Amino acid sequence: MPKGYQRPSTLVERPWHFCPGCNHGIVHRLVAEVIDEMGLQKETVGVGSVGCGVFSYEYFNFDGIGPSHGRAPAVATGVKRVLPDRLVFTYQGDGDLAAIGTTEMVHCAVRGELISIIFINNTLYGMTGGQMAPTTMMGQVTTTTPRGRGQAQGHPFRVCEMLATAEGAAYVARTAVYSPAQVVRTKKAIRRAFETQMAGLGFSLVEVLSACPTNWGMNPLEALKFVEEEMTPVFPLGELKVPEGVK
Amino acid sequence: MARVLMKGNEALGEGAVIAGCRYFFGYPITPQSEVAEYLARRLPQVDGVFLQAESEVAAINMVYGGSAAGARVMTGSSGPGLSLKQEGISFIAEAELPCVIANISRGGPGLGGIQPAQSDYFQSCKGGGHGDYRLIVLAPSSVQEMMDFALLAFDLADRYRTPVLIMSEGMLGQMMEPVQVREPVTERYEKPWATTGCINREPNIVNTLHLLPTELEDRNQHLFSKYARIAAEEKRAEMVMTEDAELVVVAYGLLSRVVKKAITEVRARGVKAGLIRPLTLWPFPDTHIQKCLDTAKLFLTIEISMGQMVEDVKLAVNGRVPVEFYGRIGVIPSPQEIERAIMAVAERGGLA
Ligand SMILES: Cc1ncc(C[n+]2csc(CCOP(=O)(O)OP(=O)(O)O)c2C)c(N)n1
Ligand code: SF4
Repeated sequence: MPKGYQRPSTLVERPWHFCPGCNHGIVHRLVAEVIDEMGLQKETVGVGSVGCGVFSYEYFNFDGIGPSHGRAPAVATGVKRVLPDRLVFTYQGDGDLAAIGTTEMVHCAVRGELISIIFINNTLYGMTGGQMAPTTMMGQVTTTTPRGRGQAQGHPFRVCEMLATAEGAAYVARTAVYSPAQVVRTKKAIRRAFETQMAGLGFSLVEVLSACPTNWGMNPLEALKFVEEEMTPVFPLGELKVPEGVK
Repeated sequence: MARVLMKGNEALGEGAVIAGCRYFFGYPITPQSEVAEYLARRLPQVDGVFLQAESEVAAINMVYGGSAAGARVMTGSSGPGLSLKQEGISFIAEAELPCVIANISRGGPGLGGIQPAQSDYFQSCKGGGHGDYRLIVLAPSSVQEMMDFALLAFDLADRYRTPVLIMSEGMLGQMMEPVQVREPVTERYEKPWATTGCINREPNIVNTLHLLPTELEDRNQHLFSKYARIAAEEKRAEMVMTEDAELVVVAYGLLSRVVKKAITEVRARGVKAGLIRPLTLWPFPDTHIQKCLDTAKLFLTIEISMGQMVEDVKLAVNGRVPVEFYGRIGVIPSPQEIERAIMAVAERGGLA
């Protein structure tokens, strides 16, 4: 076993465009590692999104599609129906998935579509400059909730809890990457999601609580602490649904 | 092959199957629903997939994915549904993904009505979505052409890597006529660009984002050189008695058949009238129109709209002779009504 940092062959060698301390890079890497370990690099079609993850196809060393904002689950459905033996996943932020793309997300789960969604919840719209997302927490200040999210803006949207009620959703988990132990758990969850898909057991989704130091106005360490201390009480970590086959 | 009695919408669906389409993603809307219902029955018989999407937005994006994966895919809708698909169509055009979109159209704006209409001409031909792009737009006028244009549409889509729209009046989708069923298309286009999993090749990317200004302009230049090629090679129109025509009527779709009948009547009354029926609404057959300018003293465009194609006729005629317009909404006018309209124009223009 080689020790130290090894780049997964599923990751292209190029510098991240993400801000320092952003968690997008970690999650990209975990996805790549899992695909490497499952030996699926040549059998994967990744569907990106519009958000800070928009360039995912530039980092992943496999076939990739850039969809319009929010429609990745529908695009992934089209790919999967044509290529049922391929690993097809989407990589989406909380604006993309839980606001504009809610319909596509819900109906993918309802249909039990054999795709996996990697969902980055950083409580706001990173790419467009830190506006409120459906996942913004009560009292949280964003550029469009300058006095903090209040009753008039509604309450944070818990995607996993909602999707877990869909019979078609087979694997649903919420994880984080604020510590090495959590990183390991996230990787395991991504693997279980992909295994769920490849075993034909149903729809799968992994929500990863992620830091956006830039738009939170924090340094990277403060941001990780924010995820652990402020986000996890609102978005509890854990596997909400695990199918028999992947336990 | 057999001649069978079919509905327009069914002929379109069967045409898609004959063309090798195995994937249909759609959302119900009158008067298009029989296309979906037909394919829901038919596609599983040929190992295909019919998927009823949660919306037209989802359906067009499933088409985006299915086409990126290398398959012949189709969606169909009408009026409001087509409006919802426009963002997706813009992405599909930019990503150069072949697919076929049917608009079994209805009258608008708004929820409008399900009567015959041609009022989606602007949306179809002038870019209903954002950005500079074109669709190939085909306008069938018979149930036979509903089938034949499905074959043509899939071929053009693959040949030029571009979305093709079939626009028919709702009434044409609903009516029944005998159809000569075509032989299955076996020709297949190579799709080395498709995102199918990168076995034995470098990864493929299907994408529409070009942040660098030079790259974006290059992409637009690339698309427009393709559109110029399509415009040079694919303009199609049916010409009826135009050789000596002084009054040239332009009409398309089901409506053109009624106009054709009226033209014969008008000829019998001594007016030298002819008909140009565009089969391709884009590329618009302006060259066919210009060919008539040696004899034509007057053009008359007839549409089931408040006047949309007439703008393209005027551009083609370029001020050389007057271009008149006659339009109705929600009805296919009778041959007598059209005859009266043509005679009125002929008299005003001193041609009768
Ligand atoms: C139809 C449409 N509306 C709006 C936008 C602008 N837009 C781009 S990214 C984005 C939000 C991204 O936020 P999120 O999905 O949370 O991802 P993040 O950047 O936080 O990773 C928005 C609103 C767009 N590209 N398309
Ligand atoms: S804005 Fe936020 S989400 Fe986007 S790259 Fe920077 S830290 Fe990451």
